[in-house]
Amino acid sequence: MNGKEAIDVSGYLIRRFFLMLVTLFGISVVIFVMLRLVPGNITDIIFDSAGFVNPKQKQRIERELGLDQPIVTQYARWIGGLARGDLGYAYVSEKPAIQEIAPRIPVSAKLAALALVFSTLFGVTLGVLSAVRQDTTLDYVLRIVSLSGLSLPSFWLGLLILMACVQWFGWIPIYRSTPESFWKELGLLALPAAAVGFRSSALVMRLTRSSMLEVLRQDYVRTARAKGASETAVNYRHALANALLPVVTIVGIEAAFLIGGLIVTETVFNIPGVARFLVEAIRWRDYPIVQNLVMFIALVVVLVNFIVDMLYMVLDPRIKFGN
Amino acid sequence: MNSRLGLAALGVLALAAVLASAPSAALAQKSGGTLRIYHRDNLPSASIHEEATISTVMPFMGVFNNLVLYDQAKKLNSDATIVPDLAESWSWDATRTKLTFKLRQGVKWHDGKPFTAKDVQCTWNRLTGKDPDEFRKNPRQVWWQNLKEVSVNGDYEATFHLNRPQSSFLSMFASGYTPVNPCHVSTKEMRINPIGTGPFKFAEFRRGESLRFVRNPDYWKKGLPYLDAIEWRVIENRSTRILAFIADEFDLTFVADVSIPLLKDVRSQAPKAVCEVAPQYVSSNLIINPSAAPFNDPKIRRAMALAIDRKTMIDILSQGKSDMSGVMLPPPEGNWGMPPELLRKLPGYSGDVAKNRAEARKIMESLGYGPKKTLKVKVSTRNIPIYRDPAVLLIDQLKQIYIEGELEVIDTSIWHAKVTRKEFSVGMNLTGVPVDDPDVNLYENYSCNSERNLTQYCNKEVDKLIDQQSQEPDREKRKKLVWEIERRLAEDLARPIIYYDRAATCWQPRVKGFVLHHNSIYNNWRFENVWLDR
Repeated sequence: MNGKEAIDVSGYLIRRFFLMLVTLFGISVVIFVMLRLVPGNITDIIFDSAGFVNPKQKQRIERELGLDQPIVTQYARWIGGLARGDLGYAYVSEKPAIQEIAPRIPVSAKLAALALVFSTLFGVTLGVLSAVRQDTTLDYVLRIVSLSGLSLPSFWLGLLILMACVQWFGWIPIYRSTPESFWKELGLLALPAAAVGFRSSALVMRLTRSSMLEVLRQDYVRTARAKGASETAVNYRHALANALLPVVTIVGIEAAFLIGGLIVTETVFNIPGVARFLVEAIRWRDYPIVQNLVMFIALVVVLVNFIVDMLYMVLDPRIKFGN
Repeated sequence: MNSRLGLAALGVLALAAVLASAPSAALAQKSGGTLRIYHRDNLPSASIHEEATISTVMPFMGVFNNLVLYDQAKKLNSDATIVPDLAESWSWDATRTKLTFKLRQGVKWHDGKPFTAKDVQCTWNRLTGKDPDEFRKNPRQVWWQNLKEVSVNGDYEATFHLNRPQSSFLSMFASGYTPVNPCHVSTKEMRINPIGTGPFKFAEFRRGESLRFVRNPDYWKKGLPYLDAIEWRVIENRSTRILAFIADEFDLTFVADVSIPLLKDVRSQAPKAVCEVAPQYVSSNLIINPSAAPFNDPKIRRAMALAIDRKTMIDILSQGKSDMSGVMLPPPEGNWGMPPELLRKLPGYSGDVAKNRAEARKIMESLGYGPKKTLKVKVSTRNIPIYRDPAVLLIDQLKQIYIEGELEVIDTSIWHAKVTRKEFSVGMNLTGVPVDDPDVNLYENYSCNSERNLTQYCNKEVDKLIDQQSQEPDREKRKKLVWEIERRLAEDLARPIIYYDRAATCWQPRVKGFVLHHNSIYNNWRFENVWLDR
């Protein structure tokens, strides 16, 4: 990288950083307003478990939680706290929100990473196989597998896995307590990761296959073959490297979509992660938890997008960010 | 002489038998182990007094003691099964308006502070809104409306002064909903880190994940509890938790979590599990907003009552196992329910559905409705299957009398808020009754001044009758008054009961000393006599 390129890249990085800030600000406003548009607030829910609503007591709680303040004041208080690293207190547990959120992040992160590894490994490998063995029995079988991956809802697949384990092994792979070792945790998360990663692996498989088929018909592949390059070298060194660009894009998008899949899988496999917790917090209108969690997820998605953009440059040196 | 010898020999034999059996009985219970139970949802808080849900009572009852308690070893709760707990004894004065409890000495809270009469006074001051640190919400305030004040005499005597005699006042103390709280711990702290005098100390609550309680080594009942700990795991997905129980991951299911259709699966896949089907004293009931036209017309309400085919609903929803009933839980488990011959005389209960519906159609026709002019109505309910399913059946049944219902599913978290604001016309609701006693049920759900009277039904004559039965010391006379109230409520269509549900609770055969109560789900979770035969 010469001096001009380095300046271009740093300029690009600065622009991206400010764009990220603007995106996060926009998301913070949208989530804040949307939450308040949903009917009912925490006080309704607190009273729901008591089977009645006492308007006087309800007002008192709203006052205690600052929900009687104008919406702009509430927003300013939240953002101000966030800037200071103070996420506020969870409404339901009355504990600091950070104490509720922090332990759940690593659990979901591991599950998401495992699901992503699963979907990429299986998707790319089987996609390549399917393409290089086009119109063979193996190709047909893999296409059926990928179609079923796209059409099976992950909650149903998860339940099938649980039922099969109970029926055949008398054991159920659900989260009980924090696993004692890395390997035990890996074993426990493998099945849920497979359940949630199956859909995206099917997507990656189909995209890899079509991208590979397109590349395999390119002139430079034919040239490589004419020059006597082995099939393995043609397929993996020349074709796959060039077919991966759209696959990286889809893996990046899938990483963001994974949160949706995790909600269901964490519920079925009883995994105490952030996705399930987020749904629970929305149900309870636990604003501090929902707002801060959504901001965290938004930050992750923005960062993943940034990493994907950087990967483009690595995979295809022709891409220049400065221009 | 021979007879004396014979008696002596018998005495020796009897003594030998007692001596032989006593140690084996004592040895039979094994100490240690962790009881593993699943929880069905995320509980709102740890404060039993502030909640009206079994989700809080079931895990936290073991942290506390009551003044008196329903015998944990007897299946049916009644006045005869009330046993001492923190109160060693109790007595009424001659006017039956002063109830004095002699309290146990040497009892300590989990933080080491001594339990005294001040704690009793303070708990009931909070319940009646007389303590500056009042409860954030107080769903059972109406239980104590007859309580004037609580006075203390020294550290170990507390007297409850009533405005008028109340026959079943003691029974309210015996519920799992009525633990004694420590005076020195704030109501806020009790929601997060509760402290009691009970057999188990609260150890940890990880929201949405787990709860843990550990043995109280200083428990005032020597030798109890047997368990080292109780561990709850929250599993919100019902299929997952039932599968986990089948896979032997849990010793006990959440109470009444196994529906009748699911019970077949559990029995076939976990044949050794002990499953008991019992009434929950939770009713499916119809709520009608009497201030929303045209339901302010009693004729329409009567037509609706006549249209309901309870038997079909019970057959479909619980394979015929649930109970058709009035307001009180029916016999044999219920102490106060109407006998079937009286029940059949209430509107809509005769069993002749065709005749009832013909009468209902006539009423509707007299009001101008017919096949070409139907009454369109939204039937609101919570978005939970046990609410939704009967609502769907109700809509189908109302069609028979020219009422065209549309299901309106309400987000479960704002259900009570909407009902309180009367933003509904017709709704399907579930109501649990903690104590099989008319005062608890009638005051809470049907009296004019109760906050939990969801439809705000108010009939001064019925209120008078409720007060009358409450003061009646003669049980048989009281029963007749209760049945008269039932009749009036049925005629007024005040929250008509569709059915009382039955469901199963299951446990592994190694769980010993556990007795499921059959006329309440709220009162038998002390767990101090439970042990594991591993």
